[in-house]
Amino acid sequence: MPVIQSEIDVHSPDFAKNRQAMLTAVASFREVEQQCLHKACEAKAKFDKRGQLLPRERLNLLLDAGAPFLELSSLAGYKLHDDKDGTQAGGGIISGIGYIAGVRCLINASNSAIKGGTISPSGLKKTLRLQQIAFDNKLPVVTLAESGGANLNYAAEIFVEGARGFANQARMSAMGLPQITVVHGSSTAGGAYQPGLSDYVVVVRGKAKMFLAGPPLLKAATGEVATDEQLGGAEMHAQVAGTAEYLAENDADGVRIAREIVAMLPWNAQLPTRVKPGYREPLYPADELLGLVPADAKKPYDVREIIARIADGSEFLDFKNEFDNQTICGHLRIEGQSCGFIGNNGPITPQGAAKAAQFIQLCDQSNTPILFFHNTTGFMVGTESEQQGVIKHGSKMIQAVANARVAKLTIVVGGSYGAGNYAMCGRGLDPRFIFAWPNSKTAVMGGAQAGKVLRIVTEEKHAKQGKQADPQMLDMLENVTAQKLDSQSGALYGTASLWDDGLIDPRDTRKLLGYLLDICAEADMRPLKANSFGVARF
Amino acid sequence: MPAFTKILIANRGEIACRVIHTAHNLGYRTVAVYSQADAESRHVQLADEALCIGPAPVNQSYLLIDAIIAAARKTGADAIHPGYGFLSENAEFARACQAAGIQFIGPSAEAIRLMGSKRLSKIAMLQSGVPCIPGYEGAEQDDDTLSHEAERIGYPLMIKASAGGGGRGMRLVHHASELLAQIRTARSEAQNAFGSGELILERAVTQPRHVEIQVFGDQHGHMVYLGERDCSVQRRHQKVVEEAPCPLMTPELRQAMGEAAVKAAASVDYVGAGTVEFLLDQSGAFYFLEMNTRLQVEHPVTELVTGQDLVAWQIRVAEGQPLPLSQDEIRLSGHAIEVRLYAEDSSHDFMPQTGHVLRWEPALLDGIRIDHGLIEGQAITPFYDPMLAKIIAYGATRDEARRKLVRAVEDCVLLGVKANQRFLANLLQHPEFAAGNATTAFIAEHFAADPSLIPQPPSPAELASAAALLYQISAQSSAHQTGLAGWRNAGNAPWRFLLKHGEQQFAVELSVLEAGLQPRLDVKIGEQQLQLRLLGADGRWATLELDGVRRRLAYQQSASSVWLYGDNGNLELIDVSHVPASAAVGTGSGMIKAPMDGAIVEVLVEDGSKVSKGQLLLVLEAMKMEHPVKASIDGIIRRVQVSKGDQVRNRQQLLEVQAE
Repeated sequence: MPVIQSEIDVHSPDFAKNRQAMLTAVASFREVEQQCLHKACEAKAKFDKRGQLLPRERLNLLLDAGAPFLELSSLAGYKLHDDKDGTQAGGGIISGIGYIAGVRCLINASNSAIKGGTISPSGLKKTLRLQQIAFDNKLPVVTLAESGGANLNYAAEIFVEGARGFANQARMSAMGLPQITVVHGSSTAGGAYQPGLSDYVVVVRGKAKMFLAGPPLLKAATGEVATDEQLGGAEMHAQVAGTAEYLAENDADGVRIAREIVAMLPWNAQLPTRVKPGYREPLYPADELLGLVPADAKKPYDVREIIARIADGSEFLDFKNEFDNQTICGHLRIEGQSCGFIGNNGPITPQGAAKAAQFIQLCDQSNTPILFFHNTTGFMVGTESEQQGVIKHGSKMIQAVANARVAKLTIVVGGSYGAGNYAMCGRGLDPRFIFAWPNSKTAVMGGAQAGKVLRIVTEEKHAKQGKQADPQMLDMLENVTAQKLDSQSGALYGTASLWDDGLIDPRDTRKLLGYLLDICAEADMRPLKANSFGVARF
Repeated sequence: MPAFTKILIANRGEIACRVIHTAHNLGYRTVAVYSQADAESRHVQLADEALCIGPAPVNQSYLLIDAIIAAARKTGADAIHPGYGFLSENAEFARACQAAGIQFIGPSAEAIRLMGSKRLSKIAMLQSGVPCIPGYEGAEQDDDTLSHEAERIGYPLMIKASAGGGGRGMRLVHHASELLAQIRTARSEAQNAFGSGELILERAVTQPRHVEIQVFGDQHGHMVYLGERDCSVQRRHQKVVEEAPCPLMTPELRQAMGEAAVKAAASVDYVGAGTVEFLLDQSGAFYFLEMNTRLQVEHPVTELVTGQDLVAWQIRVAEGQPLPLSQDEIRLSGHAIEVRLYAEDSSHDFMPQTGHVLRWEPALLDGIRIDHGLIEGQAITPFYDPMLAKIIAYGATRDEARRKLVRAVEDCVLLGVKANQRFLANLLQHPEFAAGNATTAFIAEHFAADPSLIPQPPSPAELASAAALLYQISAQSSAHQTGLAGWRNAGNAPWRFLLKHGEQQFAVELSVLEAGLQPRLDVKIGEQQLQLRLLGADGRWATLELDGVRRRLAYQQSASSVWLYGDNGNLELIDVSHVPASAAVGTGSGMIKAPMDGAIVEVLVEDGSKVSKGQLLLVLEAMKMEHPVKASIDGIIRRVQVSKGDQVRNRQQLLEVQAE
């Protein structure tokens, strides 16, 4: 296989400058993560006093020590809705894909250290996305629940759509995906259906509370006076109502029971034996990924320089490079797993779109997963391009992406503009997973271009009316438009809006892909034993 | 005397292995006998043939003369080596061998019988002019005679069981007022232990050294001594450290003691290997203590300083050949020290330990000899002596031997069973011992406060190492994508391990600073914080860098526990991060409810009763069955709401246990 020879001078001042810019971008999202961690740790004393573990402590106790854990959408909702200062990002849930007793699971832990684990609109969006991940990847779901339910300030945005989460739970049970929930604290009203719809429920004695109406609401509604424990304590659910199958003594014990339930699932035994091929590491260190991307987003660079730092042995089988060299297609391996790769060295030309569409169909034919690396200003514009049928070819590329039946993994490594976002399998095209580098930008077009467009349109409107537009007004219009678009195209805004499943340090790209490809490969082999109505608790 | 060709070893453990080794070297075939508990032991594997002679208890196997003779007959063994202990000093066994036409590799039955009696042997020694401790060894055993004799001897004095050994039946008496009571207990103890209540009295020698002379006689009337062994370091009259030569020995004294020993042996026409034990007092005077008519446990130190193989000598002599060396030809050079590795907990009064040997790697360094009967995976059962191995060092000087031995003791890897390694290593390094000053009173006077004798909590370094190993074992588990071990894309949080040592639990938090095959970890244990890097772990040995210092550490993981050789000997740390919580740990309510509909037939407690978890509180009868209702937590009984005869309904509250 051809080996990529890097042409980057890693000792050049440009490289150092680029590296510094990327490190700053990484540091900025890491800092947000840290602030969120610290904010959650402020509740430590309160939890200690109640004899409870913090949500992250529960999570770590649940996971196999030292096994990889991919946290998902950790910054969902950042500075949106109820997250005023950015320290409460995450949508009220800590979640990810990790191993429990050797079984890879999707894990959700209510972040009850923040606002009692209440769910904001971002939290709902995140929950639904996580459920989609469980469906797509056939993952058992383990939930560590302690949530005050929906944040009532946003009730209208959550109420109706919130039912979808319950419907998904019912369908997971029917599909054959076990759901295990440990109720660590309050899980009331709507929140009570989350454990209620789980296949296995563990309740923590003296802490778990599940009822449709708590004592105050009950008294208001019917006049009945009852205690929390009578209405929905752990013992009541375990001994009388039968909502819970297992009674735990404390948080750690609840987590222990969840681990034992997972350990008893013959989950790995049902997989056909997979031979994992040996592989070589890339010839160039991952650390160099930091200096590849020009600090000035307008400067182009060869996406093969990224490939050289993520592909096994830096090997890449270039596809139709002579036909079009703006859209790069070809084959490579990640930790021994063959993949198709599509990346951008510039705008997508009609030829590039046709080439990519064909390549996608070939990958689909041979059941090869596809990696999409976004760095494009979009489709090529201009008379020549239009006359060459860029709409026709672009449409066919989108059609190929949307309909390919193989795992599609997307990494936004640079710009993701216009229809380029669609054609390169952005969120709307339902990739199995999508992650973004912290320098990335996602928007319909660049802010400057958008400002110019509006300026020209306004000038023309005035001209039609025979008037001269006020240049100051036009300047303002252009600037405000550009600023608004730019502020809503950054990586943090994108991840907050769940346009991706999380931001990653570029150096983690290969590890991430190795993990995701393994998840996809395992899911595609896994037989599930479906039933019609899900497992009922009578 | 026709030579023999096949030797049966009527013993087990290290000594059986030791004898087999020499027998094979000399071209003999060997037969091992074993109890059902020893079927997989090392001596069985080493011998050419092996036979099971009965169940685990010694009186149903290794002490069964008939079974052993039958085993010899069945395998065609024409000689029997008895080792030490068991039947080695049993005159009847020697006689039975003779009667069966099998060569007993040891002295005559008569010599065994005589030396087996402290009283008769002492009389014989006195007659032969061997110096003995002034005392009484007469046949009259009534209290009056003994009291009278005690007055004559003077105090303090020792009461000893005539048939005794190993410290049993021994009493130190300081005043006449204690005498009769002590005589009576010693007598009954001796009767129970040895089947004879016969006692002797001796003047107590305070702070003596225990020095013994190795003697050898052949069937041609030759008799030599092979220098001495100093076995002064003892606990509860059992030897812990043995060395040759004695640190205080002079050529003149050695000759005097050697000649006295030869005289003692000659008085019974001794044939084979024997040891004459003496007490050596502060003034240089020595007194006959007893003669052991077998190969001693500590014979290797003599072998190392003389360059001779005493088992080979035993076999030659039994074959009727003359002794290989004359007295003039026996030269001593260098110094040898032996310690005994025991499966015992030195921090809990040397309590014998049982378990499975998960790891055994003898430290075979230059100048180190390790006699053992261990193989990995073997069970250490409660049926036999807990001695597992002898570690012996040889050096040009005493200090060289001592230094090597410390290292060897520390470097022997024994995991799975608690052993006395740290105790031995500390003892060898004690200044008094190093100076050669240790007497029989050494442990009591100088060593009683040693850390190895007091339970020690695991050190932060040990806890950190164990947690790091558990972390890495989990991280590298084949169930995970091991190439990604320790990787997280975001939101790091420490891994928390709960480790149990004895009854104590320790929380250890590991923060992963760098993941992968050589993880770098920040470890927090309470207020203590340390940095650790695990550079390698192959299932047996780990290489760790702890606060910048790199060390190798033997470890063994078994289910949820990790064994380490730590600062205070080997220790087991059990991962209890995921063990079921008991109800009392949680906020478990003590509300006791009826398990089903039925009638109360008994109420065993009343308001205010103090109960403990699991205690029976009342009995309910239902469906013709009695159902015990027990306390779910420790506490005080409150609000008993039923009495005998009451009908109760399922889940009806019966009473409450209020946690204390």
